[in-house]
Amino acid sequence: MTGGGRGMTSGSAWARLRRDRAAAGAAATLLLIAVFALLAPLWARWTGHPCDAAFPATGLAADGTPRGPSREFWLGADPLGRDVLVRAAYGARISLAVGVLAALLAALAGTAAGTVAGYAGGALDALLARLMDTALALPHLLVAITIATTFQITSAAGSLALTVLVIAFFSFAALGRVVRGQVLVVKERPFIEAARATGAPAARIVVVDVLPNVAAQVAVLTSLLVPAAIVFEATLSFLGVGVRPPMPSWGAMLGEGGAAFRSAWWLLAVPGTLLLLTTLACNLLGDAVRDALGPERGR
Amino acid sequence: MTALLSVRDARVHFPLTRGVLRREIGRVRALDGVTLDVAAGETLGIVGESGCGKSTLARCVTALQPVTAGRVLFEGTDVAALSRTGRKAFRRDVQIVFQDPYGSLNPRRRVGSIIADPLAVHRVASGEALRRRVRDLMDLVGLDPSHADRFPAEFSGGQRQRVAIARAIALRPRLLVCDEPVSALDASVQAQILNLLRDLRDELGLTIVFIAHDLPAVRYVSDRVAVMYLGRVVELAAAEDLHARPRHPYTAALLAAAAATDPAETGPIATGGGLPLLQGEPPSPAAPPPGCGFHPRCPRATPLCRREPPPLISRPGAPAHLAACHHVPEHAALPAGPEAGS
Repeated sequence: MTGGGRGMTSGSAWARLRRDRAAAGAAATLLLIAVFALLAPLWARWTGHPCDAAFPATGLAADGTPRGPSREFWLGADPLGRDVLVRAAYGARISLAVGVLAALLAALAGTAAGTVAGYAGGALDALLARLMDTALALPHLLVAITIATTFQITSAAGSLALTVLVIAFFSFAALGRVVRGQVLVVKERPFIEAARATGAPAARIVVVDVLPNVAAQVAVLTSLLVPAAIVFEATLSFLGVGVRPPMPSWGAMLGEGGAAFRSAWWLLAVPGTLLLLTTLACNLLGDAVRDALGPERGR
Repeated sequence: MTALLSVRDARVHFPLTRGVLRREIGRVRALDGVTLDVAAGETLGIVGESGCGKSTLARCVTALQPVTAGRVLFEGTDVAALSRTGRKAFRRDVQIVFQDPYGSLNPRRRVGSIIADPLAVHRVASGEALRRRVRDLMDLVGLDPSHADRFPAEFSGGQRQRVAIARAIALRPRLLVCDEPVSALDASVQAQILNLLRDLRDELGLTIVFIAHDLPAVRYVSDRVAVMYLGRVVELAAAEDLHARPRHPYTAALLAAAAATDPAETGPIATGGGLPLLQGEPPSPAAPPPGCGFHPRCPRATPLCRREPPPLISRPGAPAHLAACHHVPEHAALPAGPEAGS
C-alpha cells in the first residue's frame, strides 16, 4: 500500500514518522519498559524474591525501616521487605495492561457511539450526545471511588475488570465526541451521497465509506488515551480503589510508599520514574503520529 | 412520446431558521414549480447559472432529495411512494454522476472497489465475476483495467470522472443523471468526457439528464434543452431550435455570453439576439421578485412582467418549443427567423 498525495496518507505518514527522532526515542523507551514488564519472572528468579514475598530479615533494618538499593535489593525494599524492582516489573504489567485495555475499550465504545450519533442524527444523536456529555461532566474520581466502595470486589481479576471499565467509561466520551464531529463532516462529503445513490444501506456506508475516513483520528486519539488511562489507574490505585493489594501497580506502589518516603526515597522514585517515562513516551508518540498524519489528518 | 421520467410541478423549499427555537424566517425556493418529461432514449440538457436549482432538480430526480410539493414519476410511479423493493429497483435503474470528481470518490478506497460498489450492493456479481465486470467497465470508459488497485488520488480529474461514470453505468441504469459532470474539468478534458458520454449513450441506449451551466456542452450532447432560472424552467426546446431561435430573453443572453467567450462562434447569436450581455447577479431564491423572476435583469420587462409570472407555454407554429415569457417576439415563432431585432 504505497502512494502519497491527497487522501492517501499511510505511506508518506509512515515515512514522516520514521524520520521523527523524538518518536523513535519514545518508541524505544516504551519498548524497554514493555520488555522490563515481560521479563518480570526473570527478575524474580535472579533476585530470588517472588513478587509478593516479604523478606523482613534482609530487607528491613534493625529499626524496621526498609533498606535502600543494595546487592540484595537492587532498587531497595519496601516497608514489608518486598523487592521494589520485582514489584515494579510486575506492577508495570498491571499498569500497562489496564492502560491499554481501557484505552482500547474506550476507543471501541467511543467510535461506536460517535459514529452512530453522527451518522444517524435525530433522537439517537441527542440521546448519545447527552450520554457523552454526562460522562464528561461527572466528577471522575468521586464517582470512581463511589463505585469501588459500592461494589466490594475482593478478587484480583474482578478489581482489575472494574478498574478497566471505570476508566473506559470516563474516557470514551471525549473520543466519542470528536468522532461524532468528524462523522458529521465526512457525512456531508459527496462520496457519501454517491454511495446513497447506489442504494447502499446505511450500515454498509458507515463501515465502507465513513469509518475508514475517521480511522486516522481514532488511532491518534487512542494512542493519547493510553497514557491518560495509565495515570487514571495509578490515581485509583494510589487512593486504594483500583487494584487490590497485594497486587502491585505503579499507582498502588506510590500509595504504599507515600508514608515511608522521607526515609526511603526509592519507594516513590522507582514507580514514579517509570510512570513519568511511560506517559511521556506515549504522549510523544501520539503527538508524533498526529504530526505525521499532518495536514491530511482531516481527510 | 412515452415518458421514462416525469417531473410535475416539483418544488423544493428549504426553510431558513434562526435561533435555538428554529423559528422560520423565510424559505429558499430552490425549485419552484418544475414540469418536464424525459422520453426513453433521449438526452435532456438542463442549463442555468449557479443557484438556479439544477442540482436540486438532479437530486430530486434521483430521490436523494424529497420534493416539498409536486411529484417525480419514474415510469409512471411516484418515487416518493416507492416500497422498499421498489426503491431498490429504482436505485438500480437511476444512477448519477456528480460534479466533483475529487469529492465523489472515497479517497480511502481503490477505484476497482468503488466501481464494484453498485454491483456488490445489489448482489449482481461477486468474486472473479465481479472483478471481470470491473475490468470490462474500466475498459468501456477508457481506463486501464490494470489500475483497479490504485487510489483516486493517483488519477487526474478526467480519469476520476471516468471512474465515477463507470460506477454509474455498472448496473446498466435506464436513466443516467449527470450533474455538471465536466464543470470541474479542464477544457481539453471536458470534450473527452462529453464524447465518452455520447458514445456510452449510443452503445448502451442510455437515457440521460445532462446538467451544466455551459450551453455549448449541453448543446453538444442533448436532444432537447431546458433552461432554468430561479428554480423554474423558462424555456424548453430541441437543442438546435433553442440555439437558432431562442424565445426567452434569458436564453438569448446565455447564448450571447457563450458567443462572447468563443471567438469562433459568430452570427446572429453573437449579438445575443440584439440583447446586451447579462448584467448583475440572479436574485436570491430566498427573496424571488414578484411576477417573472427574470424581470429585474430583462430589457423587455414591462409592468405585466413585474406583476404576473409567465406560464411555460408553446406558441403557434412550434408546439414543441416552450417558453415562459410574456413578450416572445412574434417573428421568433416563425421557422426561419433567427434574427431577433430590437
